[in-house]
Amino acid sequence: MARRAHIILSGTTAQVQKVKAAFLESLDEFGLTDEVDVLEAAEMTVSPRGVEAVVYPDVVHYVQLTPQDAPTIVEEHLYKGRPVGELIYEEQIVEPLEAPSTKEVRVVLRNVGKINPERIDDYIAEDGYAALGKVLTEMSPEDVIAEIKRSGLRGRGGAGFPTWLKWTFARQSSADEKYVICNGDEGDPGAFMNRRVLEGDPHAVIEGMAIAAYAIGASQGYFYVRAEYPIAIRMLRIALAQARDYGLLGESIFGTDFGFDLEVRMGAGAFVCGEETALMQSIEGKRGQPRTRPPYPATSGLWDKPTNINNVETYANVPQILLKGGEWFASMGTEKSKGTKTFAIAGKVARTGLIEVPLGITVREIVYDVGGGVLNDKAFKAVQTGGPMGGCIPEQYLDMSVDYETLAEVGSIMGSGGFVVMDEETCMVDIARFFIDFAQEESCGKCVPCRVGTRKMLETLNRICGGEGKPGDIETLETLGQYVTLGSLCGLGQGAPNPVLSTIEHFREEYEAHIYDKRCPAKVCRALIKYEIDPVTCIGCTRCARNCPVSCITGAPREVHVIDQDICIRCGICAQVCPVDAVSVE
Amino acid sequence: MEEVLAITDKVVDKYGGDPESLVEVLREVNDKSGYLSREHLARIAERLSQPLSKVYGVASFYSLINLEPLGQHVIRFCQDAPCHIVGGREVWEALEKELGIPFGETTLDGQWSLLTTSCIGACAVGPVMMVDDDIHGNLTPEKVRDIIADYREQDERATATAVQGGQV
Amino acid sequence: MKSLEELRKIKERALERRKLSGEGARARIVVAMGTCGIAAGARDTMSAILGELEKQDIANVIVTQTGCIGLCEYEPIVQIQVGDSETVTYGNISTDRVPTLIETHIVDGEPVEAWKVRK
Repeated sequence: MARRAHIILSGTTAQVQKVKAAFLESLDEFGLTDEVDVLEAAEMTVSPRGVEAVVYPDVVHYVQLTPQDAPTIVEEHLYKGRPVGELIYEEQIVEPLEAPSTKEVRVVLRNVGKINPERIDDYIAEDGYAALGKVLTEMSPEDVIAEIKRSGLRGRGGAGFPTWLKWTFARQSSADEKYVICNGDEGDPGAFMNRRVLEGDPHAVIEGMAIAAYAIGASQGYFYVRAEYPIAIRMLRIALAQARDYGLLGESIFGTDFGFDLEVRMGAGAFVCGEETALMQSIEGKRGQPRTRPPYPATSGLWDKPTNINNVETYANVPQILLKGGEWFASMGTEKSKGTKTFAIAGKVARTGLIEVPLGITVREIVYDVGGGVLNDKAFKAVQTGGPMGGCIPEQYLDMSVDYETLAEVGSIMGSGGFVVMDEETCMVDIARFFIDFAQEESCGKCVPCRVGTRKMLETLNRICGGEGKPGDIETLETLGQYVTLGSLCGLGQGAPNPVLSTIEHFREEYEAHIYDKRCPAKVCRALIKYEIDPVTCIGCTRCARNCPVSCITGAPREVHVIDQDICIRCGICAQVCPVDAVSVE
Repeated sequence: MEEVLAITDKVVDKYGGDPESLVEVLREVNDKSGYLSREHLARIAERLSQPLSKVYGVASFYSLINLEPLGQHVIRFCQDAPCHIVGGREVWEALEKELGIPFGETTLDGQWSLLTTSCIGACAVGPVMMVDDDIHGNLTPEKVRDIIADYREQDERATATAVQGGQV
Repeated sequence: MKSLEELRKIKERALERRKLSGEGARARIVVAMGTCGIAAGARDTMSAILGELEKQDIANVIVTQTGCIGLCEYEPIVQIQVGDSETVTYGNISTDRVPTLIETHIVDGEPVEAWKVRK
């Protein structure tokens, strides 16, 4: 049934519930239940204006409501149609949610969220496939590579290798068959930029791959997409079918003698398959283990044929570069890092999500201007870039430029663009342990330093976080880290110690606090913290004792409660439920 | 056993018996049967003319391929750092407590398997988990309990309907 | 696809159809259905919108989907365009908000300020 009015309430949950109940009761009284809907706002927070209500469709904003006000509003405003003057908020401003800043420049994401990815016509309306048409009818493969060279585009998968050079090597290798591969095995925790492009604008990647195929002389391509991205795979399959239907894939595209087609191959849950040689092994139906390079894929890749392999974002940039010219692309970014980059912002930041900014932007601009600052106004501690092979960048580098070279200088990497913000409540030892746990689990086991070294590092970190760290542990981690880096074949092993080494470099005092003082400064590591009830603040409400899962809190009603430290498992529930914030953590 | 052969053969035929489709075949048979038994692996090896040791080697390499049967519902909780820093640990504990099993195990009644997954790319709405094919984000211990309760309720209703219709 | 000319014709046709008048519709509702949107409940929101339109017997409204628009913490996100007016982006549109949204914005033509995401 259509409602003629809606009341939206906001405030703290408990108070709102009371006011809501009062509204429902009086609506019932006046027989308005079917005509007026009472809803709760998304954000239930403490407001200086108490419980607020906005009545739609007339957008009347009431503030400081108590349950007693509900009958008045229902009778006067909703029943008789006369808004209740004394309860109305004067300025009548309804605060809008905030959205991303203007620092964004969208090249890769220009269509994402704007077009329907299931309709090829939507993409064509945005000049889709115009670059492919131009390339096939007006340009030679050498022209294409020269244009990419002018743009300064570098691989967006992490290493930043110049794209034009990669294409040149593949072009120069002679063979009866060549391949192009799109690496969509985006496995970095905290990175989801490729997922979003594949889901939101699959044709841009297909077009970029077709152009690359023309440039190197390939006629067959593969998408390798991780199975954890079912929606991306579905969108890709739809897009491929539509492109074939329009003759944008297949034989004699645009009436030329260029033919190209694509297949989708799914991963099966192995992070290391994001490494290019492992990825090709996986497409060939084998265990995805990296092999030595050289030979590089450009000379001997998939089925030993010359193969060009780029990441999703790299390909998505290509059509735009050919339409607008290399100079246009090179006008964005820094001297050596051109264009834009997508970053997935996650962690303790006010606004999480995906952004695209020109390279050369500062960390501060990303965290504060684009990300809206640290969540709940806590203090900024570090940002982890480059995923599990990257490093942590501390506060002192907030104003550094985000580009391939500068990131490497401070001990991190660009990676695929993960950007995890950490605040004062994040323990750097714990986070290092987390990343090494990931690397240890995902190590394919081929190189001993990676397989055994990451495990030893994890054991050491587990001990430190468990309160059993000993002098010398930090040095052991440093030495082991160097061995793992030196002795591993692929990027996973070489980069695995990075999160540990960079946190030791920038946050050595936190490691020392764990080992020597048996203290976790961020109050995260459970073996090193304890919860206590402040006898002065405690009101003896018994709520903590009733909620404690191990019943280690004792105290009579209205008397001070005490935690038995021997039984306490440090779950923190008592602190969460205490109405007067009497539980503190040390 | 016949069913094992039928499912496996159908998938192998779809890929034209190409040995290079091994990973695809394994994953697809796995998705259809829930897991790969020794019989499945042996049949795949036979049909693709590959040694069983190689088929097992590939199957055990990929984490999305199961070599043991799983529960009726499979929870895959994201274990990665971005979900961890926004409260993943508490959600993780709530899951273990609610189902009464540690991660990596299946409940005795065969209803639930509790597994971890690597990043599913929904970090902005973390902590995240997948229950079967559905993704659930912005998890809290409370929300996890509600979600599991919902599934249990649905299952009960389904059983009740089946009983009424005399299908059990 | 035989020529650039053919591509240009498809483009023109697509641009024409994109205008609301081109499809004879009075409003367009777009739901962001990327992984993050679906994780936050976009599928339920989508079916609630379709259900509500049907329930209220509202015709001539195009309901379509798009990928993640990058405001993941506001998911589910819904965009509404009525007539030639500017598209409004809404955040946190859970199913219980759908009736109000349809009622207020589609039927009465008044955007719901409280749920807007400022672009």
